Amino acid sequence: MSDAIKSERKSLKKDLPEPLPGDLAMWFFIFAELFVFMIFFASYAYARSQNVALFDTYQKTLDRNIGAINTAFLITGSLFVVLSMACIHSGQVKKARGWLVLAEGMGVGFLSLKIIEFSDKLSHGVSLSTNTFYMFYLSLTFFHFLHVILGMVVLGIMIKAMSRIEEFGVHGIESGAAYWHMIDLVWIVLFPLVYVIH
Amino acid sequence: MQYESQNTARLYFIGAIALFIGQILFGLIIGLQYVIGDFLFPEIPFNVARMVHTNLLIVWLLMGFMGASYYLVPEEAGRELYSPFLAKLMFWVFLIAGALTVIGYLSVPYATLADITGNGILPTMGREFLEQPTITKIGIVIVALAFLYNVGMTVLTGRKTVVSLVLLTGLLGLALLFLFAFYNPHNLVHDKYYWWWVVHLWVEGVWELILAAILAFVLIKTTGLDREVIEKWLYVIIAMTLITGIIGTGHHYFWIGVPGYWQWWGSIFSAMEPIPFFIMTLFAFNAVNKRKREHPNKAAVLWALGTAVLAFLGAGVWGFLSTLAPVNYYTHGTQITASHGHMAFYGAYVMVVLTIISYAVPILRGQEAKSNGMQVMEMWSFWLMSVSMVFITLFLTGAGVVQVYLQRFTDTPQPFMVVQQKMEIFYWLRELSGVIFLIGAILYALSFLPTSTHKQQASTTSA
Repeated sequence: MSDAIKSERKSLKKDLPEPLPGDLAMWFFIFAELFVFMIFFASYAYARSQNVALFDTYQKTLDRNIGAINTAFLITGSLFVVLSMACIHSGQVKKARGWLVLAEGMGVGFLSLKIIEFSDKLSHGVSLSTNTFYMFYLSLTFFHFLHVILGMVVLGIMIKAMSRIEEFGVHGIESGAAYWHMIDLVWIVLFPLVYVIH
Repeated sequence: MQYESQNTARLYFIGAIALFIGQILFGLIIGLQYVIGDFLFPEIPFNVARMVHTNLLIVWLLMGFMGASYYLVPEEAGRELYSPFLAKLMFWVFLIAGALTVIGYLSVPYATLADITGNGILPTMGREFLEQPTITKIGIVIVALAFLYNVGMTVLTGRKTVVSLVLLTGLLGLALLFLFAFYNPHNLVHDKYYWWWVVHLWVEGVWELILAAILAFVLIKTTGLDREVIEKWLYVIIAMTLITGIIGTGHHYFWIGVPGYWQWWGSIFSAMEPIPFFIMTLFAFNAVNKRKREHPNKAAVLWALGTAVLAFLGAGVWGFLSTLAPVNYYTHGTQITASHGHMAFYGAYVMVVLTIISYAVPILRGQEAKSNGMQVMEMWSFWLMSVSMVFITLFLTGAGVVQVYLQRFTDTPQPFMVVQQKMEIFYWLRELSGVIFLIGAILYALSFLPTSTHKQQASTTSA
């Protein structure tokens, strides 16, 4: 190969954007999941536009403090995942595992508060059939709740994979991290939409 | 062929194709009865012919899935089938039970069939697609259990691959969900509610896992791509199938008397059901574009790609057409539903069974692919069947649009039979497309008939 071609290839490589972290298939999955939530949010917006007064009235019955603490839990969890990825890239596997365990802890915190919130609502007789607002509130938050559980399973797999990182590959770990961030991102839209904006 | 016991699949494939032709013939009969109401009356009334048409579809697809499993599971597990004898025995049990059931449908009135088969003891009959006498249903359970035991033991005692585990999960789900066919509550709302657990969760749930596994297997074999690449796409497809498909059951719950939230749940989740099919299309085309080898069986690759495309169109796009509650308010139970049903079943399940048959049969005969001439004939059958199915779907959609407008949407709705007469032209065109479809199916079967080379090979082997 001539030197000219070599240098051209090198410069081309330099111009290329950084490759996507994680696996392409995971990104497809993430986009598909975001699409599902997007349709859910759009349906919520449409239903609200049909009965703004009802939505505003019942929105006030939601516990925004719990929602805000939960937002902090998820954002902090995501920070821990970011720190964990930084450690992985610098070869500090043990530290990386530690951050992931802390991120799992944030997930546990989120789920615990959510269970308290759900049981309070259910004890007040709120159900899917109470009204359209509660139907959306329960459906959206529970669907997201299930995603947090799935995300925690993914984090668990990542923690386990740390012991055989050479075999598992950084790529797989990055895929899991991207999935966790997706759950965080969805909540950041869901919380203001359902709990705050009126 | 790597394992002798894979040969068991051959019986199932032959049975499946024979029943497929039977299904099409009954389809043509009911298609004609739409326009010539007393055609073959009273010998084969419309309700009986329709029952045979749909029941044969289910039976032959199940037979195809079983054949596919007996072919691919030994290869995936890296060992012979646990019990080839049991597999062969169950084929005959299944075929004879199926044939007796169809004879029962055709020879005595349905109520008499219910009486003589002891439906009174455990009533399960009289529901669409689950019309089979209770004893036939028990037979199906026995065959399914024996099949699962056979396939399960082969997988569990052999190499476990993602393809075989996904297939096994799908088959297990298929068997478990069928048990709801025995639950027949008096309350009609409950009845319909659980009836969909068999019907919907089969075709828009566990069957999709079976479809994805079979398609992935054929793509791995024909493209030479790394198993890991195909497997991770398989994970994405099944995850999205389950996320959207399970709650998507709600699109059947709009008007049956269940709580109103199902209108939202059904609309939102089932609107997402095209996603896994779309990913499957991307995945299939990507796999073939990036292939590492040129497989000589071009026809099988064509079928695999066709499956992905028509499954997306039929199940995904045509399903979406009437899946939103406000639209479904007008379209449910019309020819729009029939148009979706035809293309979805053909694109997703008929085609995937034809794909695995196309791939496996030449190998079972000791060749990688059929002769060029036979492949060309098979490709003709692909185009004849697929294009005529597209037309069947379009004509039924046209009929459905007329029906929805004149009978339901307009301010002056017209009676059912008056509207049916106005749809006649579409029914005639559909029937014509059906005849072309039959020609395609016959060509498909003919392209697999043993040639003189096969006969020579067979005699050399036996000598």
